[in-house]
Amino acid sequence: MTIDKKKLKEIYYLMKRCRAFEERSIIELRKGMPGFIHSSIGAEAIPCGISPFLEEDDYILTTHRGHSDIIARGANFNQMMAELYARDTGYCKGVSGSMHIAALDLNIIGATGIVGSGIPLASGVALGSKMKKSNAITVCYFGDGSTCTGAFHEGLTFAAAFDLPVLFVLVNNQYEESTHWTYWGGKLKNLAERAKAYGIEGLSIDGNNAVEVAETAKKIVPKIRSGKGPILLECMTYRIHGHHMGDPGTEYRNKEEVKLWQTKEKEPIKRMFQYLIDHKILTEAEDKKIDAQLEKELDEAVQFSLSSKEIEPSDAFNDSVCKGLNDFMLSKI
Amino acid sequence: MRELTYREAVREALREELQRDNDVFLLGEDIGVFGGSYKVTLGLVKEFGTERVLDTPLSEVGIVGAAIGAALVGMRPVAEIMYIDFSTLASDMMINIAAKARFMSGGKLTVPMVMRTQGGGGVSAGPQHSQSLETMFAHIPGLIVVQPSTPYDAKGLLKSSIRNDNPVVFIEHKGLYSTKGNVPEDDYVIPLGKADIKRSGNDVTIVALQRSVVYAQEAAKKLAEDGIDVEIIDPMTIKPLDKETIIKSVQKTGRLLIVYEAAKTYGFGAEIAAIVADEALFYLDAPIKRVAALDVPIPFGKHLEDFVLPNASDIVTVCKQLMDRS
Repeated sequence: MTIDKKKLKEIYYLMKRCRAFEERSIIELRKGMPGFIHSSIGAEAIPCGISPFLEEDDYILTTHRGHSDIIARGANFNQMMAELYARDTGYCKGVSGSMHIAALDLNIIGATGIVGSGIPLASGVALGSKMKKSNAITVCYFGDGSTCTGAFHEGLTFAAAFDLPVLFVLVNNQYEESTHWTYWGGKLKNLAERAKAYGIEGLSIDGNNAVEVAETAKKIVPKIRSGKGPILLECMTYRIHGHHMGDPGTEYRNKEEVKLWQTKEKEPIKRMFQYLIDHKILTEAEDKKIDAQLEKELDEAVQFSLSSKEIEPSDAFNDSVCKGLNDFMLSKI
Repeated sequence: MRELTYREAVREALREELQRDNDVFLLGEDIGVFGGSYKVTLGLVKEFGTERVLDTPLSEVGIVGAAIGAALVGMRPVAEIMYIDFSTLASDMMINIAAKARFMSGGKLTVPMVMRTQGGGGVSAGPQHSQSLETMFAHIPGLIVVQPSTPYDAKGLLKSSIRNDNPVVFIEHKGLYSTKGNVPEDDYVIPLGKADIKRSGNDVTIVALQRSVVYAQEAAKKLAEDGIDVEIIDPMTIKPLDKETIIKSVQKTGRLLIVYEAAKTYGFGAEIAAIVADEALFYLDAPIKRVAALDVPIPFGKHLEDFVLPNASDIVTVCKQLMDRS
């Protein structure tokens, strides 16, 4: 299935956006931004290849490693960066940080840091939208480690039982924190084989090939929307950074392996760049222009964040613990 | 006024809310034709169809996860977890997702869902089907925990719970399902977070939950024969808690006994005792007492279960002690 040039360019641009944001957020973290960053660098082709084939009212759910999933869906740098900087102009008023960004204006239901827990929620979101007679599908991103949880099994069982419109995107970045997926899954050819247990379609593709991701999405998104039930899509990729930025990621894998996945044959942005150049869809000058524009946008986002204020503690919990019902429980003394 | 059983009262609340609001739906294991393990939902599938009374796979994470997910996009699901003992399986969904979604999203998300379940002992169901785990949930900021003791309360509180925009853990008591009481046919609600004074009295304040309220009422009759006049407070909602009603009562009686069916330690009794010690210590004429289950798994055999769980005669004994001491 061919993808038109405009769309391919859009996909590449989205990948660059994700990468640029992630790289800048790491710089800011090192400058003193609070919290953790679980970098999604290296996996950009997956959400960027899928998002352009989604409709406005489709939902997405993601994980602690979800910055790219959120940006690919259209999140803006200002509110993203402000959230990471714990400022009240952030997507969640700065109370949640990197791991839990929800942006309802983009139908981004949110991200959960409990590995696997988004999967049963996605089935519920799809059930809810089906009951509301909406045509929306739900895209649920999760990692290889998630497939070991009970939540994966229960979420997929539920979605399969009721033919729910969910695209389960298994981002296989090969490492469950420090453990390679073949350590526990080596008896399987790939993790998409797990779909057989639910009688649903399972596909395994090269998640570092943006064109392949896009072609797959173009084919399966309408299928899911037509009510044929959920699909499990495994996208093979590689986690270039450690588990989070405090993990050098070298104790359990060698440097050559990490380098290999950054070569132009394997790394998703380099590959897409080459593809676009080879097919005369993009020029190097255009590419430089994108870099410059993203750089500027990120400078502004950091500026925006630093000039925003932190939420007042007295306002931070208005929407959390049944305020007004039991205010004495909000007192420390 | 018309009498209903506790079971029928819960069912009536579900029926009326299903009729009132198309966003309300039920899901759970065997809640359709089978009517649920305790037959609470019996007949509802016939009335509302399989789309709104949804039999699910045997899958607590799947059920509660789906309920939360559907709530996040505007539905008002009521998920049934057959026994509160099984809620431990779904506790990640309640504790890490439902309780926090609203806060974590800066108020953008709401989770208007109810996890209905039932707990308590007294029917020889053994250690994994008789627990009282309410304070496990009450300990989690962001959850509301409701525990009705009468048919009237069950109907009014469940309707409030379904209409609330926050996640509610609604705990029924298996030993109360067949108890009867007056229940109006009209559409009434009981506000969450308000206690009910089940009996007014001047000598001892008894704060009791669910079946312990019934035992406290039995004890009250016996104690009255000895001239001891107890006041029984049923918090009905344990989170948020109506502490004012409790404190006011203790200020009047000067004595406090807390009765509940969970293991005695680290629980409801400790919380109530701490609040009263903090805010009404100098009104007390006697030590604060707890009557609760022993700190052991709930046994199966009746003689052992009776030995472990609190009962009316325990309450009588302690109230008499409290009066002697003062």
